[in-house]
Amino acid sequence: MNISPHLSPRSGISAGWLRSNLFNNWYNSLLTIIILLLIWQLVPPFFSWAFINSLWNSPAVDCRDIDGACWSIIPQNIDFIFFGFFPEDQQWRPGLAMFLLLGLVFYSKDRNHWKKSLFVYWAINLVVMGTLMYGGVFGMPVVETAQWSGLPLTFMLALFGMVAGYPVGVLLVLGRKSRMPAIKTLCVVYIEMIRGVPLISLLFMSSVMFPLFLPEGVTFDKVLRAQAAIILFTAAYIAEVVRGGLQAMPRGQFEAADSLGLNYSQSMRLIILPQALKIVIPPSVGILLSAFKDTSLVVIIALYDVLKTTKVTLSNPKWANYSTEAYLFLALLYFVCCYSMSSYSRKLEKDLHTGH
Amino acid sequence: MNREPSITIDAELVPGVAPFWRDPEKRAIVFQVVALILVAFISYYLYSNTQANLERQSIATGFSFLDKEAGFEIGESVVDYSAADSYADALLVGALNTIKVSFIGIFFTVILGAVIGVARLSTNWLVAKIAGGYIELMQNIPILLQLFFWYAIFYESFPSPREALSPFSGVFLCNRGLVFAVPEAHAAHAAMGWAFVAALVIGWGLHRWGQRRQARTGQIFPSVRVAIVLYLTLPLLVWFIYGAPTGMNIPTLNGFNFKGGVTVSPEFSALLLGLVFYTAAFVAEIVRAGIQSIGRGQIEAAKAVGLNTGQVLHLVILPQALRVIIPPLTSQLLNLIKNSSLAIAIGYSDFVAITNTTINQTGQAIEGVALIMLVYLFFSLSTSLFMNIYNKKTALVER
Repeated sequence: MNISPHLSPRSGISAGWLRSNLFNNWYNSLLTIIILLLIWQLVPPFFSWAFINSLWNSPAVDCRDIDGACWSIIPQNIDFIFFGFFPEDQQWRPGLAMFLLLGLVFYSKDRNHWKKSLFVYWAINLVVMGTLMYGGVFGMPVVETAQWSGLPLTFMLALFGMVAGYPVGVLLVLGRKSRMPAIKTLCVVYIEMIRGVPLISLLFMSSVMFPLFLPEGVTFDKVLRAQAAIILFTAAYIAEVVRGGLQAMPRGQFEAADSLGLNYSQSMRLIILPQALKIVIPPSVGILLSAFKDTSLVVIIALYDVLKTTKVTLSNPKWANYSTEAYLFLALLYFVCCYSMSSYSRKLEKDLHTGH
Repeated sequence: MNREPSITIDAELVPGVAPFWRDPEKRAIVFQVVALILVAFISYYLYSNTQANLERQSIATGFSFLDKEAGFEIGESVVDYSAADSYADALLVGALNTIKVSFIGIFFTVILGAVIGVARLSTNWLVAKIAGGYIELMQNIPILLQLFFWYAIFYESFPSPREALSPFSGVFLCNRGLVFAVPEAHAAHAAMGWAFVAALVIGWGLHRWGQRRQARTGQIFPSVRVAIVLYLTLPLLVWFIYGAPTGMNIPTLNGFNFKGGVTVSPEFSALLLGLVFYTAAFVAEIVRAGIQSIGRGQIEAAKAVGLNTGQVLHLVILPQALRVIIPPLTSQLLNLIKNSSLAIAIGYSDFVAITNTTINQTGQAIEGVALIMLVYLFFSLSTSLFMNIYNKKTALVER
């Protein structure tokens, strides 16, 4: 630590701050100089490529004449990138559904809203979103799940993967911790098997093996099969996370519940699980984050989430050269969603850390 | 209010005479039996459906397809392979490709992750912020998108072989990959390999001897410096003995492609870079948490005892930090191995990609997917086993 009483205090960028944070010894000074040089070399050209010489909303032919980024690929194709194969005139429906979803997510962020009524709101919202997407009532034409694509598919796969995977995961971890050897073995085998294989193999299983398991004539839509695979995958990871929460519970809680005369399901429901699940909220948000990122893998089984629709847009010869711009836009989209989720999880961890 | 309390003997208080449905142990047995029957019934249902469907679509079962001729080429392979080899050979090539990218990826990930993790804790504000920005950026963008990005750079931004970039002589960058010159195959190389192994053994032996001497007399033996000298000089000595061969296998442009030298394909490079940069961000967080878990008091006490910086690192910080770092680190490296299965999206022929081709050609989806899961389960379970052994060995003995 450098104590330089004759220089200005360390708050704000001043000579004292510079001295103690950037130049406090010889190798730090060297590093600072090298990094500043690199920034000087790389950032202005990137800026001129991305913002000065770029086009923001023009037909594809104009982009060939400029030296900068062709961001027009996004506005010109935005209907397909965001909504995929959903019929064009009905695209207000998935748009409204996503708007409702985002609204409810923002509402749920505030811990003052964490009451029983929140569950009711979520249930109503999910039903409304499902109706909006599927149609069939109020004069909205039916849109099959096979045509749900783009951003709504990404959100839906992640959301339902988490919502349905959570109860399954909790059941799995209760089974793993039970003293009945058969149940325990079944749960352990399931959890270790699912956690040991990549998600891609489960997606393959869902797309090529599930049809073989069903009786003749019964088919499940590919989207539903992939959703089932993601639910199974998420449940195993939730089970591991909640196991950590259960292990962190003091034995006194279990013993107190027993001494009150509560049976297994009552003690779990009223005493143990509420506390354990509260402890593991931050890692659970991390799993939701992973589920959101992993929805991009459905590209490989040819489901049209937002990554695949972007790739399809790029296969159009008009726009084929502008993959950098398209991928940067997608990266920004994912980054905004994921970073807000992870910073929220960190904030939650700090807020909920009550010190024991 | 003036009721006389009556005493009733509850049947449960008398052991052995509890009714069947009130006895937890009997209930547990019934529950398990019901669960097992349910699982068996569902399995049988799925099994019979599968049998019927397989017969209906005339798909074979069993692993006899492994001996049949594969009939497809594989882009890159560690061992010799041609389309006339069997499916088993093709799958082996895929497994070797997976192992190749996984091991090289693990090596670079650990190094890069450690560097960034330490940089995150640097006293230099710029370095710390840049490392932090890197970690946040790489952690929050899906790995598949990063792979596509790298592949687009390697495949679309680099010129064709005829106009390849050549930063140094003998090194070429084109959209067929990175092509560089290597020493020509010579008998000296095998001998140099053995010399390196011998240097490893001798260095290890000297280290053990030095530790015993230190326990006896207190004199410190510079094992690391001696080992480095050994690793460098022994193979060099062997090289001289063989007459110092300097022939190089230089790649030359032949028609549309390069002949000679070693080619690192764009698929491999994209997969390697994508995996390394993505996993290194997670490893950096783990390393940072490990280093921060050591109290300042430890470092101050070590310095007070007179250890220099290298000794503090080696004797005080690393043993304690490694205990915290290794468990999550192994699970992240396992994630790297599992993420290497995404090679199929960018055209690298790893195990999953080749099994997918096999499934498409033979129609035997169940055997194929089962093989994929078995291979990855083998990696995961053996790593978990190693992890448990390591945890037991290094666990703190608490009273």
